[in-house]
Amino acid sequence: MYAVDPRRSTSAQWADVWMGIDVGSDIALANTVGREIIRAGLVNTEFVRRATTGFEEYAEAVEPFTLAEGERLTGVPADLIASLAHDYARADRAQLCWTLGITEHHSATDNVLALCDLSLLTGHVGRFGSGLVPLRGQNNVQGGGDMGALPNKFPGFQDVENDDIRAKFDARWGVSVPPTRGWHLSQMFDAMEHGELRALYVLGENPAQSEADTPRAVHLLEGLDHLVVQDIFLTKTAQLADVVLPAALAAFESEGTVTSSERRVQRLRPALQPPEGARDDLEIICELARRLGSDWGHPSAEEVWDECRSLSPMHTGMRYDRLESLGGIQWPCPSEDHPGTPFLHGRLWAEDPDKRGNPAPFMPVAFEPPLDELSEEFPLRLTTGRRLDSFNTGVQSNGYASPLRRPETLDLSPEDMASLGVGEGEVVRITSRRGSISAPVHLERSLRPGLAFMTFHFPDQVNTNVLTLDTWDPKSGTAEFKATAIRVERLPDAVGAAPVLETAEAG
Amino acid sequence: MTTLAPAPTPVALRRRIELSIDGEAVTVAEGTTILQACRTLGIEVPTLCYLETLAPVNVCRVCVVEVEGSRALVPSCSRPVAPGMVVRTGSERVRTSRRMVLELLASSVDLSTAGGDVHRWIDEYGANADRHGPAGGPTARDRAHAGHHEASAVGEAATVAQVVKRDNDQYVRDYSKCILCYKCVEACGEEAQNTFAIAVAGRGFDARISTEFDVALPDSACVYCGNCIGVCPTGALMFVSEHDLRASGEWDESRQEVTRTVCPYCGVGCNLELHVQDNRIVKVTSPLDHDVTRGNLCVKGRFGFEFAQGG
Repeated sequence: MYAVDPRRSTSAQWADVWMGIDVGSDIALANTVGREIIRAGLVNTEFVRRATTGFEEYAEAVEPFTLAEGERLTGVPADLIASLAHDYARADRAQLCWTLGITEHHSATDNVLALCDLSLLTGHVGRFGSGLVPLRGQNNVQGGGDMGALPNKFPGFQDVENDDIRAKFDARWGVSVPPTRGWHLSQMFDAMEHGELRALYVLGENPAQSEADTPRAVHLLEGLDHLVVQDIFLTKTAQLADVVLPAALAAFESEGTVTSSERRVQRLRPALQPPEGARDDLEIICELARRLGSDWGHPSAEEVWDECRSLSPMHTGMRYDRLESLGGIQWPCPSEDHPGTPFLHGRLWAEDPDKRGNPAPFMPVAFEPPLDELSEEFPLRLTTGRRLDSFNTGVQSNGYASPLRRPETLDLSPEDMASLGVGEGEVVRITSRRGSISAPVHLERSLRPGLAFMTFHFPDQVNTNVLTLDTWDPKSGTAEFKATAIRVERLPDAVGAAPVLETAEAG
Repeated sequence: MTTLAPAPTPVALRRRIELSIDGEAVTVAEGTTILQACRTLGIEVPTLCYLETLAPVNVCRVCVVEVEGSRALVPSCSRPVAPGMVVRTGSERVRTSRRMVLELLASSVDLSTAGGDVHRWIDEYGANADRHGPAGGPTARDRAHAGHHEASAVGEAATVAQVVKRDNDQYVRDYSKCILCYKCVEACGEEAQNTFAIAVAGRGFDARISTEFDVALPDSACVYCGNCIGVCPTGALMFVSEHDLRASGEWDESRQEVTRTVCPYCGVGCNLELHVQDNRIVKVTSPLDHDVTRGNLCVKGRFGFEFAQGG
């Protein structure tokens, strides 16, 4: 196991090799690995010939990424990059797993494509035990997309801009669905800024604290003509709303389904009665529809699901009783006698060219370092992330008495603490090009010099996202949370006082 | 580099083994244990330390059976079947051995919160813990050096009693109820969590579950996944909520409903069993028979439900 992470994380400690990569240099690493696989003659030529297109262009695009250049761009020693390339290419089975360290960048989609290219180069895709595995951070982030909570998709990733698809939904719903795609989250905030988006209906999301560049997000939410928030709590976003619709808790108080990281659709079942006044999301939406002039009746969750199955081919076989008896089903599941699909893209290995279908194209991508550049004024790289016992902005997780919880800190390497002259627990000022906050310093040996770390679990105490950059990936709309340039300063009271030397052995 | 273990041969393709259990012929796949073979015949073999999701550690010795030609009784949980094996699960020798084990455990361990099966077995096997005398009082056992314990007074049964450990907000460790089945150690270690926060310390009767240097949990490597609670057969490890409701006499499983749903946190899709009493979650478990995590959870899934406890 190779762990590629700027921090020596817990996973990195379990890995055979830790590659301490410079934040945001993932494409440079992937391209260097790709070039080395080609140079060493380790390409799965048979797979590349039969199942892919564009290899020549890819090989040309990665040619400048020599091992030495890779080391220069990523901070990872060349021999480690070479050993990753050789081990990955030679393995019988190998997976590339990633989380937000790949996707919370301005080059999010390109980062993923660079990894896809490696899997095509080696044939580590479409076989049991080999593949590409984006590990999802939320219990239904996969399901949200599957269900069409995307600006350009119906349920089952069917394209809104495809006339035939739209005709199917129009006929079933008895309406005319607008023929053009909508906005994704980041575009919505831009549209608010330009006055094109004046009303917003937010369900179960807390953008007033979770968006990058918080002051801007709050300012834009405050400037709306009308804001409706449907949530289980009066979140910071709900506090800005004109109307709050108190909702029952999906996971524990509702009937329905969620879809996990491995595309497994599973049933939710109500275990608790919701608090008085809180209503099921489905009931609220149907009631809203009725008041807007469309009477959808009072469908059960199963009835809504059955409608979805009838319109989304990849969900068609997922009857409630089958979800129950099979312990969930992985899509695609096109018919009621289909067992579900443990891994995708197996068709690429088919002998029969008809079954193999369209070849998978290599998608060469260029490397561009993080946008928030380090400078003399902002010399440290801040990256944000999560801790085991907490969850996002803490709305769900801050209520339980976690024995592991510790308040927000600015984690720094011992070297940076020494050069800044700050001690454990000392409150410092942290400034980025967007804003400034203060937080206590914590010594963290898993960090390399020049790298700082914070979570955003406790925004009411320390609002980390004041610092982050909201420039987003033009393809996915994801903001570059992972790479912020900061400077750290001692507060006036502390200057002159001797720093507290290590008091805690950071674990 | 790590080499991948070869994929196990599917059960359907394995060699078939014929054997006899309690006079009945049975054919099972090679690699099946005697215990599993008994279960396919519907023969109940009591066991305290065996769990489907953990490798057998052979410590409780309640599951022993007689195998013809074998000098000693055989732990059925770990012994694979062999062609022509003749097994007896209810012979007098087996019953005597099981009775002794249950009797010694019942005389030295507080089994008051152990599962219903344990008490049924004690009755069925006629285990009489009282004949060893009344339980000796609490000792300074948890502060004793490994290898030393205070002997009980003459006429009293030695016990594993020690002070209840309550050093964090989520779970209680009452090792007076511990039968040293090792399940928690295995679940904390390489069978599930790979955290290795606990192990068996000491030897003989002084052996007990301990963190490194017996430090409190918050000072140990514990990550509070609670997988140890999930596998504990006697209630030695318990949610604070269950412990307190029991202490106040309010714990009432007849008023509890258990609902299976999906964890509201990350994308793994762990199944949760919410144990709800009076519209409050009092305990969270995870089904062993579900492929996603086979009973294992993390700190958020196991304990992070307070946000759902409305008014």
